[in-house]
Amino acid sequence: MMQTPLLSFGAPPAPGFADAVTQSQQTFRAALQALAHPGSVQPLAPDCGVPPGLSPGMTAMLLALADVDAPVWLPPGVDDAVRQFLRFHCGCPLVDAPSQARFAAVPAGHAAPALEHCHPGDPAYPDTSTTLLLEVESLDSGAAVTLSGPGIATQRTLRVAGLPAGFWAQWRANHQLFPLGVDVFLVQGNRLCGLPRTAIAEG
Amino acid sequence: MQTTRSPSAADAPRRAAWMRVLALAEPQALAQAVQALGPLPAHSTLRPPESGMAMVRARSGGTGAQFNLGELSVTRCAVTLDGGTMGVGYVPGRARGHAEQAAVLDALLQRDDWHDRIQAGVIAPLARAHAERAQRQARVAAQTQVEFFTMVRGED
Repeated sequence: MMQTPLLSFGAPPAPGFADAVTQSQQTFRAALQALAHPGSVQPLAPDCGVPPGLSPGMTAMLLALADVDAPVWLPPGVDDAVRQFLRFHCGCPLVDAPSQARFAAVPAGHAAPALEHCHPGDPAYPDTSTTLLLEVESLDSGAAVTLSGPGIATQRTLRVAGLPAGFWAQWRANHQLFPLGVDVFLVQGNRLCGLPRTAIAEG
Repeated sequence: MQTTRSPSAADAPRRAAWMRVLALAEPQALAQAVQALGPLPAHSTLRPPESGMAMVRARSGGTGAQFNLGELSVTRCAVTLDGGTMGVGYVPGRARGHAEQAAVLDALLQRDDWHDRIQAGVIAPLARAHAERAQRQARVAAQTQVEFFTMVRGED
């Protein structure tokens, strides 16, 4: 039977933030803290429904950041419920290439795009770059990386498991592009770690 | 046993029709009709009522070029029933309660066990009231109608 757009909702999407204003602000604050202190782990406390395949932290970040002016890219193969959830709650355009997106969200178990395939921004507007949201397995274990740069007094050690292969080599190339470049958020469960393009990674 | 009406092409205009009646109803009349239904099934809010603006576009004479008539404040709301039916309400104005009641009734109207009761008890009377209101307004407007005509001027 042919379904019409009006009635083809199927199962309703998961609910969004219970208190949209407060929780968006808290999540946004955590994101700012994460970028201001690269490599530190910020807690998120979202009270929202979570579509299948996303972590609560990733859901909260997308609810807080994506809107009608911020196109989102999702890897192919992500559950349709996630796309429906974002269209319903954020109203954001869903684009086909990470270079067209303001936010590229990669849930666990999906291949992340290479950093050079994301939009590095325009020399006149470096802030128009793609921001990559990556779900990782752990922010406590895995190979240690030493971070330095703005926001870090001397050095900070970050341990991440579940990053795409060759991520830190791509990161060094990304850092060379400054003032252009891609910013990355690492999400694990309810925790968030920020890697602004200014962060220098060694090891 | 509750069943959800299966979506079909034939259902879409019917749903649009009842959503229109719910949106154009007087909020007080709708609230009274809902109260008369008695206790309703539990629902959870998917999107709390929120107000915004919508641009109303029109065509001059109904067929001419499209133009922006003006902005209208609109309140929308989405709810889900326990069975997983989603109802949405889009109503003119900023009455949050009106939008929520419209959403709940939209969800219930998609369910077989409530459809006929709400059609008879809420939608039909509200549609009649709206038609009468529109007729009354048309009669009042008709009293002020002025017919312009131009006499033939002897131009040569």
